[in-house]
Amino acid sequence: MTFRVAAFGAALLATTALTAAEVSAETLRWARAAEALTLDPHSQNEGPTTTLMHQIYEPLIVRNHAGEMEAGLATSWEPSEDDPNVWVFTLREGVTFHGGEEFDSADAVFSIERAMTETSNFKELLSSVSEVRATGPYTLEIVTDGPNPLLPNNLTNIMMMDQGWAEANNAEAVQDYAAGEDTYAARNTNGTGPYVLQSREADVRTVLSANPDYWGVGEFPLAVSEIIFTPIQNPATRVAALLTGEVDFIQDVPVQDLQRVNDADGMEVITAPQNRVIFFGMNVGAEDLELDNVDGANPFADLRVRQAIDIAINREAIQQVVMRGQSEPAGVIMPPPVNGWTEELDAYPAYDIEAANALMEEAGYGDGFSVQLDCPNDRYINDEAICQATVGMLAQIGITANLSALPRAQHFPLIANGETDFYMLGWGVPTYDSEYIFNFLYHTRGEGRGSWNGTNFSDAEMDEMIVSLASEVDLDARDATIAQLWEMAEEELIYIPVHNQILNWGISDGWSTLVDADDSVKFKYFEAE
Amino acid sequence: MVSYILKRILQSVLVLLIVGLVAFAMFRFVGDPIDTMLGQERTMQDIERLRESLGLNKPFFVQYWDFLVRAVQGDLGISYRQGRPVAEIIAERLPATLELAAVSGLFAMVFGIVFGIFTAIRRDGFAANTIMTLSLIGVSLPTFLIGVLLIYVFAVELSWLPSFGRGDVVQVGGWSTGFLTQSGLVALILPSITLGLYQMTLIMRLVRSEMLEVMRADYIRFARARGLKDRAIHFRHALKNTLVPVITVTGLQLGSIIAFAIITETVFQWPGVGLLFINAIQFVDIPVMAAYLMLISVMFVAINLVVDLLYVAIDPRLRT
Repeated sequence: MTFRVAAFGAALLATTALTAAEVSAETLRWARAAEALTLDPHSQNEGPTTTLMHQIYEPLIVRNHAGEMEAGLATSWEPSEDDPNVWVFTLREGVTFHGGEEFDSADAVFSIERAMTETSNFKELLSSVSEVRATGPYTLEIVTDGPNPLLPNNLTNIMMMDQGWAEANNAEAVQDYAAGEDTYAARNTNGTGPYVLQSREADVRTVLSANPDYWGVGEFPLAVSEIIFTPIQNPATRVAALLTGEVDFIQDVPVQDLQRVNDADGMEVITAPQNRVIFFGMNVGAEDLELDNVDGANPFADLRVRQAIDIAINREAIQQVVMRGQSEPAGVIMPPPVNGWTEELDAYPAYDIEAANALMEEAGYGDGFSVQLDCPNDRYINDEAICQATVGMLAQIGITANLSALPRAQHFPLIANGETDFYMLGWGVPTYDSEYIFNFLYHTRGEGRGSWNGTNFSDAEMDEMIVSLASEVDLDARDATIAQLWEMAEEELIYIPVHNQILNWGISDGWSTLVDADDSVKFKYFEAE
Repeated sequence: MVSYILKRILQSVLVLLIVGLVAFAMFRFVGDPIDTMLGQERTMQDIERLRESLGLNKPFFVQYWDFLVRAVQGDLGISYRQGRPVAEIIAERLPATLELAAVSGLFAMVFGIVFGIFTAIRRDGFAANTIMTLSLIGVSLPTFLIGVLLIYVFAVELSWLPSFGRGDVVQVGGWSTGFLTQSGLVALILPSITLGLYQMTLIMRLVRSEMLEVMRADYIRFARARGLKDRAIHFRHALKNTLVPVITVTGLQLGSIIAFAIITETVFQWPGVGLLFINAIQFVDIPVMAAYLMLISVMFVAINLVVDLLYVAIDPRLRT
C-alpha cells in the first residue's frame, strides 16, 4: 500500500517536471507583490493598476524608460499658434481597438472627458482643462483655462477607450463605489495596446496575449507573445517562484535576496533609480505639538532644530546598513529625472553630531525632547527599518522619537487628517515636473492644493509663486520661478530628505529589458535572448 | 425538545449579531479606505466627498445597521478593492479554501490516527519516541515558518513541488476544483501539510492518550485472557472506543482549519477566502471584511449548534 502511494507520487512529480519544461519560449510569467485593483482605466490612479493598463490600453503620449515623452496614440502635439490656451494634437491613423473599432478623435474626446468626471481618480491631472474638441477625424484640441505649457506631461497615463464600446456596454461612467455599482469596464477591456486580455481572476491569474493587429508591430521587439501575471504577496514565496523557474520575471526583489538571485544560475537582477523619494515631514506650523513633552512650544517650529535633525541623520549609514546599498541618498525631496532638479539641490549635508548638538543647545533644547515618529510598515522599501535607524540617530542629539509603525491604511490618514507631528512619506512625480511637488507638498493646505502637506507650513509668497507656475507660458521664466521656490524650500527645511529608492527587477536569462523609472513595466520592449 | 432547539437557535443569532457589532467597532481601528481608494492626486475635497458617499461619517452602529439590513436581503455590498459584488467574490474564492481545508483535515485525520495508534502500541519504541519528539516541534513552529521551510526544501532545493498557487483548476458548475488536474493535485501537497500539521499532532496525541486509557480497561484484559491476537484487540476492540471523542474534536477543529487557512494561504499565494481577507484588511475593504467575518462566525456557530443538537439526540439525560 505505502509503496503504491509512493510510486503514484513519484509519477505525479515526474510528469509535473515535464509540463513545467513545456511552457513555450514566448510566454512570460510575471509576478509582483501587488495586484491591479480594477480594469477600468480611469478609475484607480495607482502603480500596479496603471502598469497592467499600459499593456492593454494606450495614452496619447507615453513615457519611455528614461521618463522622456514619446508618441503614443498621438503622433505630434504643439501649442496652437492662434490661442495660447490651446494644445493641438495630431492622432495616429489606422489604429484599431482589440474589438476591431477604429480609433479616432471622437474616442479621444470621449476618453479625456471620461477621465475628468467626478468619480475618476485622474481628474486632478486634468483640472486645468476646460474643453476637449475634435477638429477633424485625426486632430484634437484641448483648451485649458489659461496657458498650460505642461499639459502633455499630464496625459501620459490617460488611456484611450472606444466610445462606441463604452456606450454599448453602459460603461460611459467611471465606477462610482459609493453608488455600489458594478460596471462592465471594471471587468472587461477594449484597448489599442500591444496585448489583449484573455482571462482574469483577480488575485490569482491574469492572461494577456499579443495583439496581432497592433500598430507598433515592427517598431517594438514584441518578443513576448503571452503574459501570465500572478500576484505573489509573500516576499519569500515570490523569490522562491523565480528561483524554481515557475515565474520568469518578478518586479520587486526584496533587498535581502538580491545576492541570492544574482548568484543563482539562469537569472539576474536588473536595477535603476526609481522615481520615488523618501523623506520625513515635521509639523512646523502648530503652536504646540500633541505628542511631545514640551509644553506651550513647538520644537519643530525652530529652524535650528530642523537643521540639527538634518545633519544628525546619517544617510550613508542608512544606505549601507538598512538598504544594503540599494538607495541614492538625497538632499532634496525631488527624484533626479524631475524638471527643476540640480546636483546642488540634491547635495546633502555631512553627518555631524557635534554641530547638531550645538544647534540643539542654541535652540534651547540642549536636554532634548520627546516626540512621536509615525511610519508606514508596508508601503516603501524597508520603511520601518529606516525609521528604527533614524530613532537611534536622533537619540544622539537628545531627541527621543517614539516610533509608531502602522500599515499604510492607518498611516496615511494621519497625514490627511493632520494628526501627526513627525512622519515618513514617499513621493513619486508622474508629471516629471517640480510643480507637482509644490502643489501637493508645499502649498498651504486648502481645498484644491496642499492635500499631502501635513506640516501645517504656510507661506503666502510661496503659494502665489506656486499658483503662477500653472499658467506661465515662458518656460525659462517658469524654470526660474521653480529654482527660486526650491531655494525658499531649502531654507525652510520643512522636510528632511533621506534617499531615492532603487528598483530591483529579477528576470530570467531568457529575457532582457530596461528598468522603467516609474516601475511601470512595458512588455512590448522585452527582448528574447 | 422543540423549545430547546429554538432557544439554541436564538442564542446563535444573538452571538452572530454581537460578533458583527464587535467586528464593525474594530474596523474603525483598521484604518481608512479613503487614501487607498483615491491615489496620490487626491485633494481634500475628494476625501470629504468619498467619505460622505461611503457613509463613513455616520456613527458605526448606523453603518452596522445599514450592513445588516442589506445583508439580510442578500446584498453584501461592493468590494472597495475590486469593485465587484462581495457575494460573487466570496463564492469564487470559497472552493479553494474548502478544498484545502478538506485535504488538510483528511491528512490530519489519517496520519494523526495512524501515528496515534502506533505510538500508543509501541509506547517505548525508538520510532514512537522519535514521532513524539517531532510532533512537539510541529506544534511549536509557527505556520508561516513551516510553509517557508517546505517551500525551501521541496520547491527551491529539490524542485519537486510548486512553490505557490493552485495549479490548473477546472470549473464544475460554479465550483472551481483543483482535484481534476495533475498540477492542481500537486499544488495541494505543501499547503495541506502546512495547514494540517498542527491538527495532525493534536489528533495524534488525543488518539494516543485515549488508546492508552482504553488499553487499561477491563474488557481489554479479558480479551487478552481469551487469547485473542494483538491485532484483533488493537483494531477491533480498542480503536472503536477510542474514535468517539476523536471524531467530536475533529469536527470542531474543522472550523479552525478554515479560519487558520489565512496564514497558509498568504505564504502559498493560495487564492482562497483567507488571502482575500488579508488583502481586504490591507486595503480596508470594509464590505469584504464584514462579509468574511460574518461567514466565519456563521460557520462556527452552525458547527457548534449541530454538535449540541447531536448530543441531545444521543444523550437522553439532556432532554429535560
